[in-house]
Amino acid sequence: LFLFPAERSNLAGVRHILLVLSGKGGVGKSTISTELALSLRHSGKKVGILDVDLCGPSIPHMFRVQDNDVHQCDSGWVPVFVDQDKSISLMSIGFLLEKPDDAVVWRGPKKNALIKQFVADVAWGDLDFLIVDTPPGTSDEHISTVEALRPYKPIGAILVTTPQAVSVGDVRRELTFCKKTGLPVLGIVENMSGFVCPHCSECTNIFSKGGGEELAKYAGVPFLGCVPLDPQLSQSLEEGRDFIQEFPKSSAFPALAHIAQQILDGTSQQSS
Amino acid sequence: QVALLDIDICGPSIPKMMGLEGEQVHQSGSGWSPVYVEENLGVMSVGFLLSSPDDAVIWRGPKKNGLIKQFLRDVDWGEIDYLIVDTPPGTSDEHLSIVQYLGAAHVDGAVIITTPQEVSLQDVRKEINFCHKVKLPIIGVVENMSGFICPKCKNESQIFPPTTGGAEKMCQNLNVSLLGKVPLDPQIAKSCDKGQSFLSEAPESPATSSYKCIIQRIQEYCDQHHFQEEKII
Repeated sequence: LFLFPAERSNLAGVRHILLVLSGKGGVGKSTISTELALSLRHSGKKVGILDVDLCGPSIPHMFRVQDNDVHQCDSGWVPVFVDQDKSISLMSIGFLLEKPDDAVVWRGPKKNALIKQFVADVAWGDLDFLIVDTPPGTSDEHISTVEALRPYKPIGAILVTTPQAVSVGDVRRELTFCKKTGLPVLGIVENMSGFVCPHCSECTNIFSKGGGEELAKYAGVPFLGCVPLDPQLSQSLEEGRDFIQEFPKSSAFPALAHIAQQILDGTSQQSS
Repeated sequence: QVALLDIDICGPSIPKMMGLEGEQVHQSGSGWSPVYVEENLGVMSVGFLLSSPDDAVIWRGPKKNGLIKQFLRDVDWGEIDYLIVDTPPGTSDEHLSIVQYLGAAHVDGAVIITTPQEVSLQDVRKEINFCHKVKLPIIGVVENMSGFICPKCKNESQIFPPTTGGAEKMCQNLNVSLLGKVPLDPQIAKSCDKGQSFLSEAPESPATSSYKCIIQRIQEYCDQHHFQEEKII
């Protein structure tokens, strides 16, 4: 008896899919996505990042592969590997632009079409985690991404905010988006939470403090931690370096490692 | 007489920053009334149309465009000197629509905000290209979060390092004006959260002088171009 195997979906080898969301722009979603991927890699995991911010694709630059091209294979697009080990792979519209400064001036329908392709046509192979980095808001990209990912049952979303009320105000709406679309909330990260002066070690709460934790309490979702402002982290991202490897003693490292650990604990709980 | 129109439909921050949270929009024979902060400062935002701070606006492009059209058509602004339009990040529906709908009016131009680091400049270069594409003049660029002075030891730190020369280098390369740099000041976030005017709360802050300088430059640009327009007429 000879049966044709069903066409294997490109996401069939991906064990866990998680989204990084925020209602607010500029809070550091792409930074958190990047650092989470690096942390998970250091725990021995294979990670992919799908960048669905079509107007402002930041992920390629953070891994210093912005000049790479995307190639096709039989099952679709080959993601861009950031190193020889092939432990982190990326897909972003950033790789498809002719020139890096080209603006993607598209209305919703065109964005939706590309997102569907990105979800279905990237040949990720086997991954432990696929992190989906999103633009701010609750619009086309978010609706389309959640709809396209639904059959593959994402484990949930991490919501990023900065501490102040203006940011939290938008992230509350993002929580509502998750509720309405049936996307579980893995937790809230409070980014840019305090700055320790490298000269005198005084800590200043530049963007206030505490809003992220309060929101988590109010909404009944886990609080994953505070990540401080760390110029070494910013510098690493600028230069496409591995912050986790190079700065284990920096102030942001424990927070980022803790967030990754909670994700790992959550998924191992699921498996058992 | 100033009007502030918030077209960030998914993330309307303006009501909170203006101390107008919880206010509602009233309708009259002449249309929707803006919400007034002061007699000469009226505000409109989708935030005023939501009944709870948890309400999310989960709309695709066409619906967002429809509301933006309504904001422009149905709000009774009265006679105003300046209409300022606050936009979400990106180069998509909101941006295309506002430029399109304001096509018949005279738009002085766009002020583009960035932070110093390359990951931000990358996106801003695209925004500048967007402006060129849709023939929107660029008044200039503002470099926000440009350095931080420790309140204790007074040393400066570059929290968002300008590894590729910051907005200054980008403006030189792209031949656009750098309107100014605004440093980080914790009071800014506090004032915005409380809905109070930072300029009034912290008149001595270096950030206040930066803001004022930038605003003056914008006014000069608008006056100059208005004058040129009148000359042509």
